[in-house]
Amino acid sequence: MQETGIPNETQTSVVEAIIRAEKIEKYYAQPSENRIQVISATDLKIVPGEILALLGPSGSGKSTMLRMLTGLSRPSAGQVYWHEKPIGDTEINVSIVFQSFALFPWLTVLENVEAPLQARGVPPDERRERSLRMLDTVGLDGFQAAYPKELSGGMRQRVGFARALVVEPEVLFMDEPFSALDVLTAENLRSELLELWANKTMPTKAVFIVTHNIEEAVLLADRIIVLGRNPGHIRTDFRVQLAQPRDRKSEPFTQLVDYIYKVLTKPDVAPAQAPDQQAGPRVRDQRQMHYQMLPHARPGGMAGLLELLLDKGGRDDIYRLADDLAFEIDDLLPIVDAAQLLGFLKIEEGDAAITESGAEFANSEILRQKELFRDAAVKNVLLLRQIRRALETKSDHTVPEDFFLDVLDEQFSEEECLRQMETAVTWGRYAELFDFDASRRRFVLPDAQEEEVDANEEAE
Amino acid sequence: MKIQHPFARSLVTFRSWPFVIDLGVALCGLAVFFAILHMAAYWMGTPVPVVPISHSISALPLYAFYSLVRIGIAYLLSLTFAITYGYIAAYNPRLEVWMIAALDILQSIPVLSFLPPVVLAMVALIPGHQLGIEMGVILLIFTGQVWNLAFSFYSSLKSIPREMTEASRIYRYSAWQRFWQLEMPNAAIGLVWNSIVSVAGGWFALIACEMFTMGDRNFQLPGLGSYLQTATFSGDMRALFAGIAAVILIVVATDQLIWRPLIAWSDKFKFEQVESSDRVTSPILTLLQRSTLLSSIPGRIWTHIEEPIYRRMAQTKTCRIVQPLDQDTKRRSGTPGLWIAAALAILVIAWGADQAFLMLRTVSLADVRLLLLGAGATFLRVNASLLISAAWTIPVGVAIGFNPKLARIVQPVAQVMASVPATAFFPILLIGLVKLGGGLGVGSVALMLLGTQWYILFNVIAGAMSIPSDLKEAASLYRFTRWQRWTTLILPGIFPYLITGMVTASGGAWNASVFAEYSHLRHHTLQTIGLGAQIDAATDSGRFSILLLATILISLMVVTMNRLVWRRLYRLAETKYKLEG
Repeated sequence: MQETGIPNETQTSVVEAIIRAEKIEKYYAQPSENRIQVISATDLKIVPGEILALLGPSGSGKSTMLRMLTGLSRPSAGQVYWHEKPIGDTEINVSIVFQSFALFPWLTVLENVEAPLQARGVPPDERRERSLRMLDTVGLDGFQAAYPKELSGGMRQRVGFARALVVEPEVLFMDEPFSALDVLTAENLRSELLELWANKTMPTKAVFIVTHNIEEAVLLADRIIVLGRNPGHIRTDFRVQLAQPRDRKSEPFTQLVDYIYKVLTKPDVAPAQAPDQQAGPRVRDQRQMHYQMLPHARPGGMAGLLELLLDKGGRDDIYRLADDLAFEIDDLLPIVDAAQLLGFLKIEEGDAAITESGAEFANSEILRQKELFRDAAVKNVLLLRQIRRALETKSDHTVPEDFFLDVLDEQFSEEECLRQMETAVTWGRYAELFDFDASRRRFVLPDAQEEEVDANEEAE
Repeated sequence: MKIQHPFARSLVTFRSWPFVIDLGVALCGLAVFFAILHMAAYWMGTPVPVVPISHSISALPLYAFYSLVRIGIAYLLSLTFAITYGYIAAYNPRLEVWMIAALDILQSIPVLSFLPPVVLAMVALIPGHQLGIEMGVILLIFTGQVWNLAFSFYSSLKSIPREMTEASRIYRYSAWQRFWQLEMPNAAIGLVWNSIVSVAGGWFALIACEMFTMGDRNFQLPGLGSYLQTATFSGDMRALFAGIAAVILIVVATDQLIWRPLIAWSDKFKFEQVESSDRVTSPILTLLQRSTLLSSIPGRIWTHIEEPIYRRMAQTKTCRIVQPLDQDTKRRSGTPGLWIAAALAILVIAWGADQAFLMLRTVSLADVRLLLLGAGATFLRVNASLLISAAWTIPVGVAIGFNPKLARIVQPVAQVMASVPATAFFPILLIGLVKLGGGLGVGSVALMLLGTQWYILFNVIAGAMSIPSDLKEAASLYRFTRWQRWTTLILPGIFPYLITGMVTASGGAWNASVFAEYSHLRHHTLQTIGLGAQIDAATDSGRFSILLLATILISLMVVTMNRLVWRRLYRLAETKYKLEG
């Protein structure tokens, strides 16, 4: 492990936690025996005096975790405690800053900030005074009569902060608060947040931030928890002991960022604690499941990545690749995953290395690329193989989408099923494995191949 | 920066003639007071089923007032009912499916079929007062207005962005605060637009049902509808035209004085990232906002009502604890009250079905055959009117839509025209037909046309305006032939709008059929073969079994058409022909 990241257990157990989660799980019951596990049993503590960052790839249940900790969503099993009392029956004092700001467009800035106080029965004069003070603190003095739509994104998120802080929350939750903003604005707001925190201008005792941006986590947090997916679980939990203000260019900083990348890009290495085996319905772990989770990437994206990789001599650090492409790592990872799934590249030590078939793919012209893609897809992707097989077997060479959705349903949530299907359609169309008739929601065999298959059948 | 005058709202001290406006507002208040007094005296008086109708033009304002009050009360009832219904449906997953299905069926039953049972029930319920008969008619208008409002409110509730709901939960909004700060604002735009359609439907029903015969009982209430009908009976053309002019005047005034200010006002409830430049403006709204009386007093009274509620709600247990979102389903299920209500509902339905069955047994086979024949004829007529409307509105609408200047003038006019009740013009049409010697078969199609075409025109114009100009440029750049332009660009481009217009129009046409296929004109009865005519004839002669069967048939046909044709086209419009920004 890194010098900067040391195990956390000894330090937090001394202080009393504000929020403590005990073996919380989230799953969705399915009609069949199975259920979809979103988050496996997890313990977590939020203690006073720290900024805690929750990092993880998309689909690792970061947001679900935040909602369970705030009482917005009840865990399927386990319990969340607020000062050692169950969160479902105590008055808690938390706020959330949302990714989409979630401001009410029909209320003015001042009314938006006043609303939470109104909900708590604060009399009008005091409400107004506290809200104005808070607007002043976040640098929106003079904008109280404006409507949110008249403001820029950064200013809107400032209103979001003012609304969150005006109730003087004990814990401030933030759900990707900066990801809807441009880089400069986000940077600016981050440093202002740190300033408020360091000067104790806000009465908040702890901050919990959900993010997919590794640098953001390392910049802000005193403690970082990395989640893994399928189902969501804690991969690692460690303290960041770099002094504030942190320098992105410094050696320890980049080392820490690198370390987290390695954790994120190698989901199978260094497993987190084993999920508790409890009585009850059987829980299927998606890693042992039948269908692979298709990363939501386009074939064109994969080709682009592989070409770039080939340019760089066939091997490069994923972090650097993302940087070169000016991509967020979260946008790049699905492409890398997809290429890996198809056997076009391998992940070694946080580096992406192109394989033989990957190199051939990157070097070919479009028609040949499609052929290679088709072979790789049929070989590696069960779902695509099944769709193709079904189309060839049926006499009219068409199969309804619902048929496969029902099969996927056993393994994925409803929303994920649709996304899986969307990706399968994109890949299948590109590979010319099948076509999809969106109006009838049916898969069909492309015309030329249909004739071919028919001819074969007749020959037999 | 986008903000030039952050304080602009608080600095509006410049006002043109505030005193006059305030005086006007005060006078309006006084007028409303006396109007209520007058109405109360009339309602609480002894019931007079047939109020004699004067043909003098000076009586028109009073009749218009009576009609307006009926529509207004029916509308307020609809709004209250719609909000309650939508609320329960949206937050009660167990009831949701049933309530939405019920809504779907109820909105396809033509209003006029309800007429006899509703009036009889109301008269029995409130005996000894004019209010009984009045309530019957008001309830009828209500049934014509309420369904789309309920549907609109329900779907607005379901479409509240998730993070907004979460924000309201984490900041522990009470149900009261959630309603006023989240749910109502979110539903406002939909409610305003649907109110326009609803009130137009209300006028349609009102004119048809202020005066009717049921068995040997006649009903005639003072109002514009009776005025128009008696004028037609007696062939008093001057009164007839004056009546129609009054209807149009009221519709235009409603549009200018109520809808446009409301639309302009509801603009602030739009979910938009930046302020759009193209907005509806309303001088009336600006005037109202400048009135000192109106801008300060209601706000102050409201605060006095609201503050104690907030303070009290903040103390309740549910408001001090963050309510989990995914618990909604579990918390509400299985309460004994729900089960009792469900059992009661089933009992009532079973009883109703039993009664209906008993009644239907009396229908003879010949009657059924006649009804089926009528259903076929009406079906053809409705579709003929749709086709004719589409045939002329598509080319005209596209031509207008492609010319933004023209569109800006014509579109509001089409909107107002859609609100003018076709039933008002029907007498003239009838007189014309009789003079020309045409039958009611053609006449009823013409009446349906009167009501339906404007919806389609209005939507086609909107569709044509929404076709992006770069697509149009591409079409001319690649020298598309006229045929190609229409098939690849224009028709697909307006398709979703066209379908929306046609769905609304088809509903209107079915409703109109009841009125259009059967009519009294100066001592003789005009009628043609059709389901609508049979409903009317059955009402006249008080044959409830025929009425029931005809209503079931018509509802069945509308529901089937919706399921088989319109819903599919809708889905097609939403998937294949959707132009995304």
